Formats: sequence, structure tokens, C-alpha cells
Amino acid sequence: MSLLVLIRTSWKALRRNVSRSLLTMLGIIIGVGAVIASMSIGSGAQAAVLKQIESLGANLIIITPGAISSGGVSLGSGSRTTLKLNDITAISRNVFDIQAVAPFSSTSAQVVAGSTNWFTSIGGTTPAWLTVQNWELSQGQFFTEDDLARSAKVAVLGATVGANLFPAGGAVGSTVVIKSVPFRVVGVLASKGQSGFGRDQDDQVVVPITTHQQRLTGQSWINTIMISAASSDTVSGVVDSTERLLRLVHHLTPVQPDDFTVRNIANVQQVRAAAVQTQSLLLAAVAVVSLIVGGIGIMNIMLVSVTERTREIGLRQAVGARGRDILLQFLIEALSMACAGGIIGVGIGIGTSFLVASLGKFPTIITGFSIILGFVSAAATGVVFGFYPARRASLLDPIEALRYE
Amino acid sequence: MTSGESLIEVRGLTKVYGEGESRVEALRGVNLVVRQAEFLAIMGPSGSGKSTFMHVLGCLDHPSSGSYRLAGEEVSGLSRDQLAAIRSRQIGFVFQSFNLLPRTTALENVELPMLYAGTQQKQRDERARLLLEEVGLADRMDHRPNELSGGQQQRVAIARSLANGAPLLMADEPTGNLDSTSSEEIMNLFLRINRENGITVVLVTHSPEVAAWSRRVVTFKDGVIVDDRPNAGIAS
Repeated sequence: MSLLVLIRTSWKALRRNVSRSLLTMLGIIIGVGAVIASMSIGSGAQAAVLKQIESLGANLIIITPGAISSGGVSLGSGSRTTLKLNDITAISRNVFDIQAVAPFSSTSAQVVAGSTNWFTSIGGTTPAWLTVQNWELSQGQFFTEDDLARSAKVAVLGATVGANLFPAGGAVGSTVVIKSVPFRVVGVLASKGQSGFGRDQDDQVVVPITTHQQRLTGQSWINTIMISAASSDTVSGVVDSTERLLRLVHHLTPVQPDDFTVRNIANVQQVRAAAVQTQSLLLAAVAVVSLIVGGIGIMNIMLVSVTERTREIGLRQAVGARGRDILLQFLIEALSMACAGGIIGVGIGIGTSFLVASLGKFPTIITGFSIILGFVSAAATGVVFGFYPARRASLLDPIEALRYE
Repeated sequence: MTSGESLIEVRGLTKVYGEGESRVEALRGVNLVVRQAEFLAIMGPSGSGKSTFMHVLGCLDHPSSGSYRLAGEEVSGLSRDQLAAIRSRQIGFVFQSFNLLPRTTALENVELPMLYAGTQQKQRDERARLLLEEVGLADRMDHRPNELSGGQQQRVAIARSLANGAPLLMADEPTGNLDSTSSEEIMNLFLRINRENGITVVLVTHSPEVAAWSRRVVTFKDGVIVDDRPNAGIAS
């Protein structure tokens, strides 16, 4: 019996009982829909995380003063002054595979420009910060090493600050006053938007770290050291050698804990990515369970169908159908049902994915692979769970089958 | 194969069901030779073994022992699938309850045996139309069984039994569900097929009226043939 005829026969049998066929497919539909939806959410989250890492500066390592806790005892504020500018010098001289290293201290203040003013955070850093942050300027230029050495009263505005203080433009060359100190604006940063943590990165003013320490805060320590490694492969090596170097520079004995914390932005983001992965894994588990339940549904209905059509099977055997013909007929019937469920499931999965994207403001990416995977798992479910009923049909005794009432 | 050669040769055929206490001997050494183009009726009361014998003759069941040669080929030791192939080529079945596929047109019902024989679509269609015309259903080809009368359904079943050109037609109480007018039409059709196409017809029945149409009556009792005599038959 040709395959085409078999497929036509199966479809006819399925169309005979549309609502029953649809109900049977429900498990498969949900399963395949969940496969597509979970994979689109997973890959969407991964892509978002990659984009965030890129915008934060690729291969970024952040060093903060003071361990978060030591043997369960949290350290006092005095321990938070451990990072100094000479740590930066030591790192840039002794640690290899570094693209750039920059300090970053931050305070908050009112910035006044003529009759307008704006409350924002004031960061102190070095020109290397631009490289570390992977940032560009939209107007003017960044302050120079010379400005740094002279503790020059120059400032670079974030895009948001620039737009609020100088709505008509002309920020570069103007003067702004921060904590009664006049600063000359030398540049405006390009807009970068929200950071991975929801903060507006454009809402800040950057000045030389020397000026920051002497004129604005009076503190001799720095809040953060940012390092960008030469490549993603060297990040962990840079973290290790930086930790060893800082222990040396800080004269720590082997029994003393680190008085600083080295964090790798990629790691932080990977943890977030892993959390999303776990969620999509959970959805995948739902998908597997649905497919199994759907498969059992198909098996159940196929067994009913074989019983209902016992006489038909007997007649087919009498007119010359071999075991293989009967087996294939019912297997293809189960497969058709699973595939139809698969197609509907793919549609529902894509729909769910778009719904999540628009309602949850969550990026989703539907890949061709997930569609193929969803469809193939549906088909495989049909074959696996359709086999037993089909085999039972093929092994029926023709005499018994013809006599069946 | 010419007329007069034996189509069916059965020697020492037995069929035993069950074991020990529940052992039943349905056939106890049956011998029978049926030549090409014979019109034979098998009679006997219930439990006489005539149904079991028909199942073995129809290659639906294996004998427990003995030999059965159909068209010169020993079939008693064949596998399920080999028997299916023999049924496809050599035997057409007509049942008391017609056994047509529901929700399927007369034409498609007649085509069914040809699907399993691997006949091409065009030839299937041509042959099925021809056969339906021969049984007088030229205007009913696209009707489904529930749109046909009992007699018409049985004629579709007869057309189906002829689809693969089998030399042997086995009919199990073919008029059991029909009124007398339809019965006569069906028996006339068997007679015509037997005479014009040289097809061997084996009727299984307990009705003397039906058996009267045949040219030879074989009677079963307690698993053996107790009577085998020629019959005048009914001329149409």
C-alpha cells in the first residue's frame, strides 16, 4: 500500500471525529507551545544580557574596598577606605592583559548653570575611564591627563544632565557650579540609556579624580577601581593577578582576609542569565510533561479507535492487508494527529512569545531551531505512543476481528 | 489453469482448539477436492465444523495437521503475512453482514483489495468501475453504504471480492441478511460469475434454499464430511 494512500486514509479517519482528535491533540499542542515559548524567552534573555554586558564595557572587572563580610562579622566603615590612587598605578604597571584601568569615586550634588540647576551624581575618574566604559562623546572632548595632573576644574556632562542644564545646546565652553566650585564644561557624553540595573547612566557629571578628591569630597580613598581586560579569555587571569597584587600592595599577611572585593561583571550577568535559564528550563520541563501526557492521550484514543474499528481491521486483513499495512495505517494516524497538534502548537508558541514580548516588555527571540525541535518532538511523541496501539491492531486475529460486534 | 483441474486439495485436515480438559476437535480428518469452476455449497448444523473449515479454506486460519493445497501451492504451513498475500491473490470473500467500510463510497470499497495488492491508481479506478457496472451498480458508484439497500451493499461486496481476479470466491451466508427478492438477485449474480468467469464459488450456508443453487453439496457433521453429492442446481 502506497504511503500517499495511507496518509489519505489516516486523515479521513481523523476528520471523522474532529472534536475528539482536537481534544487528543491538546497535550501535544500545549507541549509544543511551551517548547517554542520557553526557548524564545530563554534566547531573548540571553541576548539581552549579552547586550547589557556590552554596554557596560566588555570584560569589565570592578574592585570595591572592604570585604562584604569576614567570618560572619561585617566590617566597619573604616575598612572602606582601603583603595587608593597608588593601587591604580600598581595595577597598570604589574598586571598584564589589561586594556585600561580607571578609578571611580562618586558623590551627589546640585549642579548649577546660570538660572537652571540639576541634582545628579558627580563622578571622579581618569581619561582611561572612557575606554573602560566603552563610551564615546557627542560634543567636545574628555578631560586630559594634563587636566588630571593639574586638578583642573573641568567637567564632562552626561547626556541627560547636558539636556537639562543646556536645553538650547552650547554646553561645551560654558561654566557650571558644583558645591560652589566653578567648572568649565569640556564635553558631553553620548547617550547610553539605562544600565542593566535600571539606572540612567546618562544622569551624571564626570570630573578628574584629583579635582574630585581635593575640591568636592576631601577624601583620599576611592570608591571603585574599574579594569577592562584585554579579552574575555584573560578576565579570570586578570582577576587572580589583581587580587594577589592588591594583597601585596596592602601588606596583608596570609591570615588576613582581603580588604577589597574583585567582581567580574560578566559573572554577575551570567548569574542573572542563569536565573532566566532556570526559568526557561522549568518551562521546558512543563513541555516535556505535556508531551508525555499528550502522548498518553494519543495512545488512549488510538486504543479506543482500534477497538472501535476491529471489524474494519478484520475486513482489511481478509482482503489482503499484511501486518505491516495495518501497523502503518494506525501509526500514521497517530503521527498525523501528533503533527497536526505540533503545527497548532507552533502557532500558539509563537503567539505566546509575542504576547510575553508585548505585555511583559520582555525581549523574546523565536529561533528556527526551536520550531523544528517543537515539531520533531511532537512527531516523535506520535510515533512512540502510537506504536503500541498500532502493533495491537496489526496482531489482531482476522477471524476474531471479523466476528467482533 | 483449465477447467477440471483441482483448485482445492484437502487431505487429512484437522483443527484442534484448546488443551487438556477444554480440548475441542473442530475438524477431524477432512478430505476434499474442488475443481476449477465448481459451484459448491457447504452445509451442516452449528458446531459441525463447517465455519472452521471455511476459515481454513479462506486462509484465515492454520490447520492443526493435514495438507491444504490451493491452486497447486501448499498453504498449511505459511506465516500470517504469507497467508495475507495468498488471500489477496487467490480468494475473494463475501460476508453475511457485507462488511463494507462505512463513510466510504462503493467505488473506494471495491478498490480496497487492489490497494493492498499494489495496483496503480488508474487501473484501480478503471477495474472498480467495470466491476460495479457488471454487478449493476453503474449509477451508485459514489454512494456510501448507508445510502444503499442491503442487496446493493452485497453486490458492492461481490464486486470487491472480484477486484484482484481471484479464482476462488468464498461466501459465508451471503443472503442471511436479505429479503427473498434480493436473495434471488444475489444468487443469480453468483451463478453468472461462476458460469461466465469460471470462478469457483464456495457457499457456506445452513439454508437448503441457498444450497439448492449449487451444483454440489458437501455436508459436515461432528468435524467430518458425512455427505458429498452432486446437485441439479437452479438454471437462471
